Amino acid sequence: MSAATARRSDLRYRLSLNLRSVFGRAYPRVIGANREPSWIFFEALLPLLGIAAYVFVYEAFRDRAIAGLTDPAQIEAIKATTDGLVASVVLGGTMVAFWLNVLWSMASQLYWEKEIGNLQLYMMAPMNRMALLGGMALGGMFMTSVRALSTLVAGILVFGVAYEVADPLTLVAVFFVTLIALYGMGMMFASLYLLWGREAWHLSALLEEPIFFSSGFYFPQAGLYQVGGWARAVAIAGTFIPATLGLDAMRQLVLGPTAFGGQLWILGVGQELALLAVFAVVFLILARYALAYLEMLAKREGKLTSRHQ
Amino acid sequence: MAYAVETRDLTRIFSGKKRQRKRRKAEDGGTGPVTALDRANLQIQEGELFGLLGPNGAGKTTLIKILATLLLPTSGQALVAGHDVAKDVFPIRQRINMVSGGETSGYGLLTARENIWMFSQFYGVPSKVSKARIDELMHTFGLWEKRDARVRMLSSGQRQKMNMIRGFVTDPDILFLDEPTLGLDVNASRVIRDYVKNWVKGRRGKTVLLTTHYMMEADEMCDRIAIIDRGRILACDTPTNLKRTIRLDTTFRLEVDTLRDATSFSSIRGVKNFSSRDDIATNRTHLTFILEDEAPVAEILSRIMGQGAWVHSLQKSEPTLEDVFISMVGRGLE
Repeated sequence: MSAATARRSDLRYRLSLNLRSVFGRAYPRVIGANREPSWIFFEALLPLLGIAAYVFVYEAFRDRAIAGLTDPAQIEAIKATTDGLVASVVLGGTMVAFWLNVLWSMASQLYWEKEIGNLQLYMMAPMNRMALLGGMALGGMFMTSVRALSTLVAGILVFGVAYEVADPLTLVAVFFVTLIALYGMGMMFASLYLLWGREAWHLSALLEEPIFFSSGFYFPQAGLYQVGGWARAVAIAGTFIPATLGLDAMRQLVLGPTAFGGQLWILGVGQELALLAVFAVVFLILARYALAYLEMLAKREGKLTSRHQ
Repeated sequence: MAYAVETRDLTRIFSGKKRQRKRRKAEDGGTGPVTALDRANLQIQEGELFGLLGPNGAGKTTLIKILATLLLPTSGQALVAGHDVAKDVFPIRQRINMVSGGETSGYGLLTARENIWMFSQFYGVPSKVSKARIDELMHTFGLWEKRDARVRMLSSGQRQKMNMIRGFVTDPDILFLDEPTLGLDVNASRVIRDYVKNWVKGRRGKTVLLTTHYMMEADEMCDRIAIIDRGRILACDTPTNLKRTIRLDTTFRLEVDTLRDATSFSSIRGVKNFSSRDDIATNRTHLTFILEDEAPVAEILSRIMGQGAWVHSLQKSEPTLEDVFISMVGRGLE
């Protein structure tokens, strides 16, 4: 080609290119968080119904447990445990938004992008593929945080939950490291969709509910370890989903480590934060290599574009 | 000399999944994998508006996808801006862009302007530059009024104009246009064709590879054309030279009542090739004959009337690119 068409490829240019790409891909999600007001009903208020179901179950158990009891100390202890469970459910129900976003808007996003014809345009562009996934993740985190926060506030108001945050900095650190690990896992899954397409779509549907259970979104997950047998196996498997350790650490930080008699926590907050950091790094590295490998396979097999395109 | 695009014995075979291979074998009598491109050799020079003309399934889109680094060749080599599409994609991706007809890309929630801006970011175009280019191109393509309309509210023609702007906003050196006017009305097609022609001719170092099965579009726009069918490049030259290859032949077009059997004409002496197309709406058959001279016309008319069909029109015409195609492969582009 002629000299007039020479293009830059230095490090500074590449950095600028990839930062612009991250921002560009995050933009639709950030905008999407505000442009359709219907999300307030569907994604902030509707999840309250799921939370409410667990709250009512726990309150029914509480009423049954204290019926006939006369010892005020015993009654108070049961009430405190129930309050702790309700607070756990509201927090878990809030974090469900992130898991659903990772599953349906991160992992399966490349499948959607292929169907609407965006994927080939992304793959043809000079940006790094991690910039594409990074943009999707950052946009998803922002959009989901807005929705999760709305659910949390509504939950606190409706169910009268009180949180006591003694160490806000650690809480923020746990929250962000959990998100990075969770979205790192979503980025890794996203690459698999390049190759598996519709099959992986079914996998997402299959994973949704079991992960709610094994990660303990609606109860302290360490309770499963105490059941033993199959429940312990489910609990161990669930621990590899970053939301599990993240939720456990956040619950300890907002309810206090002595809640539930200190018996329902998986590990200490520091250990959980360290493990989450390891998860974040491992998932991001795996995502990087899986995406490069699977993109090459998809190019070989002609799966980057839909048949009709 | 380095070409903008060069392919050397480029071959792409789609083997498909095992179950698809089995089904295909059962359906077409055991032809096995599909060869979408078969040792294709092309050289496109910088500054050229090059056309690929062929029917659906000829291998045009496969070739463009390989050149756009979306698909790997099975064998052979493809070079874009002097770089191998299988080994050195970054410098290629910096220089190219692609627009396909009937594309539904983008996000319905975003406005047309935001959508184009988003795609420009993946090429590192500074926002200020990108927005200025978008505004200019929106005026040129007549989309300014719709700049703030959400993409899902745009008509298919407006959407295609938006896609075209997406293709130009990154200021590529090589632009791949895959049936860019597919399904568009006359005016929208005209705007796109005029802009593409001016873009290539008015700027130094710009190259367009256009695939189409509209012969008029190829004839009107392209400096050179490659005729492709079943993955093979059958001919490559300027439109004038391609038509000259059959200038010694005589082309007749007939419109007749729908024929029961339109296959028997090939046995008539002097018929070099012919194509037939049934029009269900009018209940008529359109025939195009490439003849050595006018002698076989009487026999052709006799066979048509022998089937009880009326001849509604008969016309001797100058050869078109479609006639070139018919003379080469024995059927039309549709």
